[in-house]
Amino acid sequence: MKKFLLMVTILSGALGMSACGDSRSHSQAVYMLVDTSGTYAQEMGKAAKIINYLLATLNPGDSLAVAKVETRSFTEKDIVAKVTFDKRPSQATLQKRAFKAKIEAFAKEAKGSAYTDITGGLIQGAEYLNETNAGIKTIVIFSDMQEELGQGTVRDFPIKLDGIRIVALNVTKLRTDNADPRIYLDRLARWEERVRKAGASEWVVVNDLENNMESILKTR
Amino acid sequence: MIDWHSWLFWPDSVALSVLALGMLVMLFLYAARQPVHGVIHSVCHLVTQSTRFLSRWLSLVAENMRVRNQTVLLAHGQESAATLIEREFERVGNIVRGDMQEYPALQRKLMEEVTRIEEDYRKSGEVPPPPPEWVTALESVSQLKSGGDVPRKLLEDISKSIQKIHDKTVAEYRRAYEDRHKILKGMQPAWRSVDKLMGDLDKKMVTLHGNAKQIDGHMAKYEGMRAKDNKAEHALTASAFVQLAISGLVMMIAMGGAFINYKLIALPMSEMVGASDYITNSLKTSDVAALVIILMEASMGLFLLESLRITQLFPRIASMDDRMRHRLMWAALIFLVILAAIESSLALMRDMLISDKAALMRDLASATPAAEEGWFTRIPMAGQMIMGFVLPFALAFVAIPLESTVHSLRTVIGVVLVQTIRGAAFVIRFIGVLFKRFAKVLELIYDIPIVIPIMIERWVLALRSSAGKSQVKNGSAS
Repeated sequence: MKKFLLMVTILSGALGMSACGDSRSHSQAVYMLVDTSGTYAQEMGKAAKIINYLLATLNPGDSLAVAKVETRSFTEKDIVAKVTFDKRPSQATLQKRAFKAKIEAFAKEAKGSAYTDITGGLIQGAEYLNETNAGIKTIVIFSDMQEELGQGTVRDFPIKLDGIRIVALNVTKLRTDNADPRIYLDRLARWEERVRKAGASEWVVVNDLENNMESILKTR
Repeated sequence: MIDWHSWLFWPDSVALSVLALGMLVMLFLYAARQPVHGVIHSVCHLVTQSTRFLSRWLSLVAENMRVRNQTVLLAHGQESAATLIEREFERVGNIVRGDMQEYPALQRKLMEEVTRIEEDYRKSGEVPPPPPEWVTALESVSQLKSGGDVPRKLLEDISKSIQKIHDKTVAEYRRAYEDRHKILKGMQPAWRSVDKLMGDLDKKMVTLHGNAKQIDGHMAKYEGMRAKDNKAEHALTASAFVQLAISGLVMMIAMGGAFINYKLIALPMSEMVGASDYITNSLKTSDVAALVIILMEASMGLFLLESLRITQLFPRIASMDDRMRHRLMWAALIFLVILAAIESSLALMRDMLISDKAALMRDLASATPAAEEGWFTRIPMAGQMIMGFVLPFALAFVAIPLESTVHSLRTVIGVVLVQTIRGAAFVIRFIGVLFKRFAKVLELIYDIPIVIPIMIERWVLALRSSAGKSQVKNGSAS
């Protein structure tokens, strides 16, 4: 009711401003990197649940892309599915259904990769998100954050993630982490330092997927 | 931090230093007494005068405003009363035209009925029985001088004939009475008809009398307003407050209706104008579009009622010629129906979008599909559609309380403003009076620290005056 009254009062001004309405700056864009290397490939079920959550939460006009993390991830070929939802809610619902079907097909056929190129995926994700011109840009990394680069893969250079939120999801503890937790903590700290240095606006780690899903997306 | 020791003449003997300082201050204050008193007096006088001036100006403003409000209020009241009187005259005119127009026919019918009744009455007059013939025969027999059988026989014959005649006469008499009764019975419907006609006439006269009384009442009020009577002004002011309260309440209810309306169409509007377009940071274009639709409905309702002359917010519409006004009325009504139909379809779309989203959520949650929906699950959808169609028409009537609010708000704001200005004038005047007294208080407060020099001054003055008096006495003695 308060919003309704507020609208009545500012309607006249708002109508004048309607010409300069901006849809892009209010939309969200999410790029989800799914680690398919080694044993992490078994976590695809959880990844599908996260994607479903994103589909349920994102609004018309928002963008979503899901890509796999492979030996070398800086390529469009690794993007499993991408969509910018239509402004009309009915069309957006249809697109979400189609997206879900693609992800289900991918989850069935997912094969484990030899190496894990998270940095390449981040650069690819930043490129995609910048193209969307969305107001809120988020890269969701569904991985144990253990980067393993193949021979000849160069990733030790500064990357640019200006204004992008980075959310690390389901960062599972490896056997070595269990033996020495400092390895796990150092790994996370290193990633945080790296993404912040790259200009990321936020660094979030979400391991409790049952209760802390809301932290993945930033509310307007 | 201030080192107070620097103020001491003799730092070793503080008491002496303070006493000396006090004496100096006292002397200074005593010396400056007259100018300081003058300053206090002048400042307070200035404040008093200023506040008096301001208070008077505010009072004048309030009075001017009151007069202006009165003029507007009475003008508006006169207009309303004139409209009411006009309506009453219209009603009377209708009665006179509709009913009294038939008065000559009614009178003719009444006269015919009366003539018929008179004729019938005349016919029913009692016919005296014919004088019996035997009376004259009896007189003749009684005049016979001699008796015998002849008179007896005669008398017997007479008796027989009398009996015969009597029977015949009585029979005729009864028949005549029967006829008269029949005539009287025949008069009954005529009487009833006359009675009914008279009753109808009486009722109409009573209605006319009532209307005349109402006109008298309105005329008395109108005259009071013309004469700028305080009673009429108070009545109008009180009426404005009541009107504002009532129309405010109705407007609140209408706002509630508009809010429900808005909720019904805000979501489906995103299907038309897009869900991701924003006007400001938190204001969606679809929300504004929904509100625009509602406001357009209210506007169309306003124009409809204006063209029907139910409200008179736009004099231009009221003064339009009837043909143009009718066109405007139809245009407003058509737009309103179109908007209502749009709203109804939007309400349907809302239901579909919600169902679609719910189905998607079920899919995403990998939950089992919902059970087959029965006909009763369609009731909310039908309700939404009906509400979507009906609410715009209900919203159209908001023009009536809106007009009432506009008219009464001016009076109420005027009265509140006048009272506020009067209150401010009183407070300022009161401050002025306080300052007038405050000057004396400040002077006395100033005199407290220099009470010793003042006492010395008085003592010296008293000595001088006593010395002067003794000199005068000595001089007069010598």
